[in-house]
Amino acid sequence: MLVFRYDKTFEGLLTSLFDAYSRKTFPERLLSENEQLPMFAEQAHLVVTETAKAARVWTALEKKLSEPVCGMLMHVWLSELPGSDELLFRYMRKAFDSPSSIAGNFIDKDVLEVMKIARKVSREREHLMQFVRFQKTADDIFFAPVSPLYNALPLTLPYFTSRFADQKWLIYDLKRRYGYYYDLETASEVSLDKDEHLAGGKLDENIMAQDEKLFQEMWKEYTRSLTIRERLNPKLQRQHMPQRFWKYMPEKN
Amino acid sequence: MNEQVQDKLKVLAESAKYDVSCASGGTSRKNRPGMTGSAEGWGICHSFTEDGRCVSLLKIMLTNNCIYDCAYCINRRSNDIRRATLTVQELTDLTLEFYRRNYIEGLFLSSGIINNPDHTMERMVRVVKELRTVHHYNGYIHMKSIPGASRELVNEAGLYADRLSVNIEIPKEQNLKMLAPEKDHQSIFRPMFYIQQGVLASADERKRFRHAPRFAPAGQSTQMIIGATDESDKEILRLSTALYQRPSMKRVYYSGYIPVNTYDTRLPALKQAPLVRENRLYQADWLMRFYGFQAGEIADDAYPNLDLEIDPKLAWALRHPEAFPVDVNKADHAMILRVPGIGVKSAGLIIASRRYGRVTASSLAKMGVVMKKARYFISCGELPNYTVNEIQPEYIRQTLTEKKKTKKEPDKRQLSILFPE
Repeated sequence: MLVFRYDKTFEGLLTSLFDAYSRKTFPERLLSENEQLPMFAEQAHLVVTETAKAARVWTALEKKLSEPVCGMLMHVWLSELPGSDELLFRYMRKAFDSPSSIAGNFIDKDVLEVMKIARKVSREREHLMQFVRFQKTADDIFFAPVSPLYNALPLTLPYFTSRFADQKWLIYDLKRRYGYYYDLETASEVSLDKDEHLAGGKLDENIMAQDEKLFQEMWKEYTRSLTIRERLNPKLQRQHMPQRFWKYMPEKN
Repeated sequence: MNEQVQDKLKVLAESAKYDVSCASGGTSRKNRPGMTGSAEGWGICHSFTEDGRCVSLLKIMLTNNCIYDCAYCINRRSNDIRRATLTVQELTDLTLEFYRRNYIEGLFLSSGIINNPDHTMERMVRVVKELRTVHHYNGYIHMKSIPGASRELVNEAGLYADRLSVNIEIPKEQNLKMLAPEKDHQSIFRPMFYIQQGVLASADERKRFRHAPRFAPAGQSTQMIIGATDESDKEILRLSTALYQRPSMKRVYYSGYIPVNTYDTRLPALKQAPLVRENRLYQADWLMRFYGFQAGEIADDAYPNLDLEIDPKLAWALRHPEAFPVDVNKADHAMILRVPGIGVKSAGLIIASRRYGRVTASSLAKMGVVMKKARYFISCGELPNYTVNEIQPEYIRQTLTEKKKTKKEPDKRQLSILFPE
């Protein structure tokens, strides 16, 4: 059994595909650099990530697959699910080996799985767009904490930059400890050295803007008044608005 | 902004909550420098209330004072409820502040009628105009057009709002007259017609001049109350079809009647809002819009009302066993869509996949087809199974509507181990 070791980056994954084709040997498992070898592993090849090789593989893929399908592969990578890298490896290999596009062949286990995971990540992206709640700070920055299931925050940037183009904002992923700050021009990645004080997701009241508390209160009251008591259906509410988002939403606190 | 506004917000939200529409899609406003917000092609629901309904727009009334006395409405003049009115400034501030915090997708402005329809409409137009021109607000706006409003005001509203709507409320005119003596169908259909004309004229204009102003780019919608009067589902669906055939009509909403004015004897005494019937009507609506069904196929003279136990697609399939089984590997898209248990998404997957090889029952299940229903109506070139033609439709109906046995129910054969003392 052949095993590849790589650095668990997307570029690394593309480079391993490059190495596999140039060596004409295909690995059965993809492991990180310090993961323990499985039993019966006879050979291990260490992939050295190279941007040029990765770029070559990606351009070749873009020729083979349509743009939305390449986007789907990116989604699957961002899912961070265990085994998703091996799934992507198999998918890309099938795409290269097949004379015509494999994108529509949902009878194939891997093609269907890629579509399903991409759909899940895309749904999480939509959840972020729906349920992010900004809190206004005293220095006019709108701050929102998030902790999504999949790493979908980068996918939401086009939405947030166009929707909130005339205000400064910071969306911070507390789980992965990075975020994006928008300074009225562009959104750039930031990671705070100290973010323990944000753990609860609530801003401290003395750095909050003056009327922030009032608007949160008003929104809470508003959603409560909007409820029709005769039709209560909490299960339906949870279906549409998963409970993991509630901790950062004023109407649910 | 203060506690007083907060109080008004509460009162006016209470009054506005019975409006169903919350769609915020179908328009496109790209963000432009110096403006606040954007609206993409599809809508986003920003919250869900405990009744499971989505909150995408700040759904609110300008005022809940009303000179009309419609039997089904909570804001009727003879009701003793708290009344409030928001000023233009308060409303625009609320909208913008909520919008900036990603609470909402835009504004849904409605109003009770004060003095006369035109006076009310004018005040509403002033709000949306100020949002667009003074505050450079570029998000979504849905505005109610007041029944009986003049053409000039509807035309002005269309320039600022993304969607306009007039509610039909009661499908049959004589029933509407009985419950809402001040309204008639003409006062409702006329503003609808104005909106339609505005949309068509603007579309035509934009073909010639690229920057001609848009008129209500997300079209119009309407709403009907279900279960307050004696209309059958057949009549309701026929009216919806007629409405959908109009060029600008995007959505018809159905709202199960909630007994808000129990003292009024013109209304039926219901214990619970007809939620199942409402759900079935929405399913029928979807069948007409996305599955290629005609209203006459879903409900006809023999079956004027929808089956509450099973969904309308399954009901149709059981009435038409001659159309089945459908071979998923050969049948065309329209026919695959008619199979109960196959939706728009899975139908798309089947069509895409069968070019590569045979679609089998197990791959169907993985694609998300509800095999529990679909297996009676399909064949996929495998071993023969029992379809609707081999076993009676009544039997399938019985199997599918059978209540699931709960695990908690104890086995009656098991003797109790608790001994009497």
